[in-house]
Amino acid sequence: MTAYSGAVPVPTPETQPFWDGAREGRLMLPWCEDCAQPHFHPRAICPHCGGATLHWREASGRGRLHTYVINHKPARGFEDRVPHVIAVVELAEGPRLLTNVEIADPTPEKLAIDMPLLVSFRTLNEKIALPVFRPAP
Amino acid sequence: MSRVAIIGAAETALGKRPDVSRLALHAEAARLALADAGIRMRDVDGIFSSVADPNELSEYFGIVPRYIDGTSVGGCSTIIQLRHAAAAIAAGYCSVALIVHGESGRSWIDMERPGTAASPVGQFETPYGAAGAATLFALPVLRHFHQYGTTKLQMAHVPVATREWALLNPKAIMHKAGPISPQDVLASRIICYPFNLLDCCLVADGGGAIVVVGPDRARDAPKKPVWAIGTGEGAAHRQVAMMRDFTTSDSAVVSSRQAFAEAGVRPTDFRHIMLYDAFSFTPMLALEDLGFCGRGESGAFVSQVTDGAYHTGPGGALPMNTNGGGLSHGHTGRYGIFALIEAITQLRGEAGARQVKELELSLVHGPGRHFAAAGTVVLTNR
Repeated sequence: MTAYSGAVPVPTPETQPFWDGAREGRLMLPWCEDCAQPHFHPRAICPHCGGATLHWREASGRGRLHTYVINHKPARGFEDRVPHVIAVVELAEGPRLLTNVEIADPTPEKLAIDMPLLVSFRTLNEKIALPVFRPAP
Repeated sequence: MSRVAIIGAAETALGKRPDVSRLALHAEAARLALADAGIRMRDVDGIFSSVADPNELSEYFGIVPRYIDGTSVGGCSTIIQLRHAAAAIAAGYCSVALIVHGESGRSWIDMERPGTAASPVGQFETPYGAAGAATLFALPVLRHFHQYGTTKLQMAHVPVATREWALLNPKAIMHKAGPISPQDVLASRIICYPFNLLDCCLVADGGGAIVVVGPDRARDAPKKPVWAIGTGEGAAHRQVAMMRDFTTSDSAVVSSRQAFAEAGVRPTDFRHIMLYDAFSFTPMLALEDLGFCGRGESGAFVSQVTDGAYHTGPGGALPMNTNGGGLSHGHTGRYGIFALIEAITQLRGEAGARQVKELELSLVHGPGRHFAAAGTVVLTNR
């Protein structure tokens, strides 16, 4: 198997638990102990209240398609996925994240705004799996 | 704010310029703007730049400025820097501010991509193939369509009206390319749905610069000064996916409110506006955020035709992006300086066939990154 040619995330100390979870097939979110809210992307400070006491909790993996594009000019690593969907998903827990929606031959007709989605994981290498989404069954 | 005067403004030729580096484009732009202002390089004591560090330019130009500003937040950086120059001049920190931009956006000579694979963008956006500006600027669009019923056909009118202006501007890359129709936009190659090729700006090499001074020095300028009378800025996030609401840019609202309040003006006071158009949708969101139309009404606003003229096109009531915009004039990657230069050109009465008659007031507004930061200035010739 040849090495993946696309962009691979490099975790930082405050995001490492997110990527550790993803590698094990779990979508992790940081929650603030002061205001009891989750946030994304993972930071060392709560963007809602400024709190610094955060703990990690597994998310449900359920979300809705908030907005998206269908990209026909692939970035490196996406050459065999043309066109592909880049989307913002709103998680059931509240935070939104940028991701891919993996469906065959994507068209606007197949992608309704607010449609329910479920997390899945695309393995890039031994250390990194990307959380991606598929239409909820 | 205290008024500051723009006494020099110039842009380089735009297009494919494989023989000129990033720093050489800065030098060309600086030389042209200083000549326009009748100022020598050694009299510049404030450097404002974003694609080059101010220290790179001090060295390249052989000067030792006593004030520097390297604010780098994307396309609106130069618009924000005009605000910073006004503050610096008012504080006495510099007396001749050179805001200079050069970008080898097409030939990519001595350019670098921002961010690392460990940055939030590098971890949470780029790995999903969200790398080009089209993918990132397109993301909010379908949410707006969904929420307000805006259509791709309505959006296609933006490049059409903007092309009409380019046909009147000899410096525009598309000056001789002929008119286009909304159907041409919809039929052009798909780049990143909902954007087709003609929804996208023209990637070019080029640069531009303006020279800013206080009222005392403005009296000696060879040309009638253009005054900045209101400015604003804002920054809300870095990644487009972190927009709080995909149908409004928080930073654009914060930025424009400051500028309007400082200048004591309202949207209805303007008969000329420059709203940064990286893509067809970009100025639509600004029209709503700045209050030129209501929420969700930008689709109807940009497709409105009266007596054969677009509302924002030649012959319309609110001329917008009169140089041909990023869509048909040219876009180096950070377009803000070109919007500023066009507003100054119009207020000087030097815009030739595209001149807006009896103009006294203009607005320049743009986003930084993808609706992340924003800068706004209100300009007048009175």
